[in-house]
Amino acid sequence: MTTTPAEDTARTAAALALGDDALVLSHRLGEWAGHAPVLEEEVALANIALDLLGQARVLLSMAGDEDELAFLREERAFRNLQLVEQPNGDFAHTIARQLYFSAHQYLLYDALASGEGPFAPLAGKAVKETAYHLDHAEQWTLRLGDGTDESHARMQRAVDALWRHTGEMFQPVEGLDVDPAALEAAWLERVTEVLRRATLTVPEGPRTGAWKAGAGRQGLHTEPFGRMLAEMQHLHRSHPGATW
Amino acid sequence: MATAAARDTAGSQAYDVPAGAGDTAGLERAFDAAVAADERIEPRDWMPDAYRATLVRQIAQHAHSEIIGMQPEANWITRAPSLRRKAILMAKVQDEAGHGLYLYSAAETLGTSREELLDKLHSGRQKYSSIFNYPTLTWADVGAIGWLVDGAAITNQVPLCRCSYGPYARAMVRVCKEESFHQRQGYELLLALSKGTPEQHAMAQDAVDRWWWPSLMMFGPPDDESQHSAQSMAWKIKRHSNDELRQRFVDICVPQAESLGLTLPDPDLKWNEERGRHDFGAIDWTEFRDVLKGNGPCNEERLTRRRRAHEEGAWVREAAAAHAAKHSSSETGATRA
Amino acid sequence: MTHTDWPLWEVFVRSRRGLSHTHAGSLHAPDAEFALRNARDLYTRRGEGVSLWVVPSSAITASSPDEKDPFFEPSADKPYRHPTFYEIPEGVPHL
Repeated sequence: MTTTPAEDTARTAAALALGDDALVLSHRLGEWAGHAPVLEEEVALANIALDLLGQARVLLSMAGDEDELAFLREERAFRNLQLVEQPNGDFAHTIARQLYFSAHQYLLYDALASGEGPFAPLAGKAVKETAYHLDHAEQWTLRLGDGTDESHARMQRAVDALWRHTGEMFQPVEGLDVDPAALEAAWLERVTEVLRRATLTVPEGPRTGAWKAGAGRQGLHTEPFGRMLAEMQHLHRSHPGATW
Repeated sequence: MATAAARDTAGSQAYDVPAGAGDTAGLERAFDAAVAADERIEPRDWMPDAYRATLVRQIAQHAHSEIIGMQPEANWITRAPSLRRKAILMAKVQDEAGHGLYLYSAAETLGTSREELLDKLHSGRQKYSSIFNYPTLTWADVGAIGWLVDGAAITNQVPLCRCSYGPYARAMVRVCKEESFHQRQGYELLLALSKGTPEQHAMAQDAVDRWWWPSLMMFGPPDDESQHSAQSMAWKIKRHSNDELRQRFVDICVPQAESLGLTLPDPDLKWNEERGRHDFGAIDWTEFRDVLKGNGPCNEERLTRRRRAHEEGAWVREAAAAHAAKHSSSETGATRA
Repeated sequence: MTHTDWPLWEVFVRSRRGLSHTHAGSLHAPDAEFALRNARDLYTRRGEGVSLWVVPSSAITASSPDEKDPFFEPSADKPYRHPTFYEIPEGVPHL
């Protein structure tokens, strides 16, 4: 099956968007290593981080050299959602971020897997992983929301704080053979059901920013992202051309 | 620890005093015979209090070493210079958490709890391997830890797969299998550096120069200064002497260093035809004792970080326990994707 | 017993159809759901087609046991966990 140059460019753009989501979130989860709240979560969070990194490597490789893309692009060239670059915060914040993102990623991969586009093979494998990530996030959302007063307060704060990043997930992505907007209703239904069962209040308020210039998919990120990239890229950039 | 007092929440693993226990001498004879015959002692078998205490301490300290050991390596996850190396390192650190979990489980079969053991770690009453009190200053240190520190650990651990206590021996079989991947990962990392740019080669050599001697110290003090060894050997908790294992390690590393194209920082290291072994230089035991006492480069940081993670995680663990108490029948998965 | 206590569970794994479940070890979890998930993470690295049982340790009635634990293979789809994945030069002994 041959593709036109325009289709290739679009496909590359989509691969970068999805790949950067997975790359950046994997990096954030990797920051928990060595100080997770309980030893069992060291294993669980690392599992999720490794799955995401695996997805990122496949996706980035569809767009070029995985390491060149990961380590030599500047902030404005990254296409990940602003949601995934948010700092870990406390464990509740990390779980809320995971809940919102995995619920979206699961629906997206499920839709891609049942199509015949270039992302179908990866999506078919990744959807099982993502189901597990979503399950993990939901189980923790229930326990933190419906646990102690302290955990409930922390979880409510977290879901409220990240709510404004959730709209971006449903904006169109060029070159993707699924329209993210079509997933929004199902996402809302799933997420609000879990939040309610966790005795949490579903946040209100805007789900996108007012800034007309755009957000993560347009290469506009948040301040923590630049610092994260500086740490991530520093060693690789210090030895130009070296192999590891 | 009194035998009857070893009952705890770990139901099936509670220690039972068998009928006719008045005959302690008889039980001890049976125990000694089992150990001598290389049979395994299992959790519900009678065992001398001192055997139990020694094992709890040894297994716990091994577990503590695994989880403290996550820190120096996790230090480089966010800066790993390629995605492949990042994946390998994340998997390695994850394995170490897993090893800690296996080992705490093994220790718990002897009638203690993870809470208790962590408490002893945090308060300094139980130790962890002092090798992890050294800092990982460069990316090459990750490779040096894999090659040398994990290499030394494997040398120590393979014999433990045949140790007399069943749960510990079985945990060690699982650990050793995963550890072989760790050592190869470290070796391959260093090889890539050694054959890379001059800066990379220098980075690798510098790391080896800093990690070699502390790795030799991992095998513990010389045999003539080692207090607990004799009894541990009799109980088959320890199967080879410190010096024996250290020698074995040196002999393995020398050709590996050659293949790496790196030197070992010991001018006295040379093949001894008569012994069929390598002679090597004197170890600075004052450094070893100093680091053991708490004066190493990272002792403070390692324990503080661990304590803080535990304290900051308390509300999370409490929440899960509170939720379980509120919903005492299990929920089935409406949420199971 | 503190209020953060997570009880102990025993884990049994059947790694293939046709085999029976064997004891793999123990772990701590606040409830059965987490016990199952933690067991999957720790004792199978989420290998597919594996059957897991988790049982509260306190529910087990024992007589003198004589069990052997299965030897666990890491997950098959993670090639970097297997020693043969690495290109080590020929003739490097003990690796």
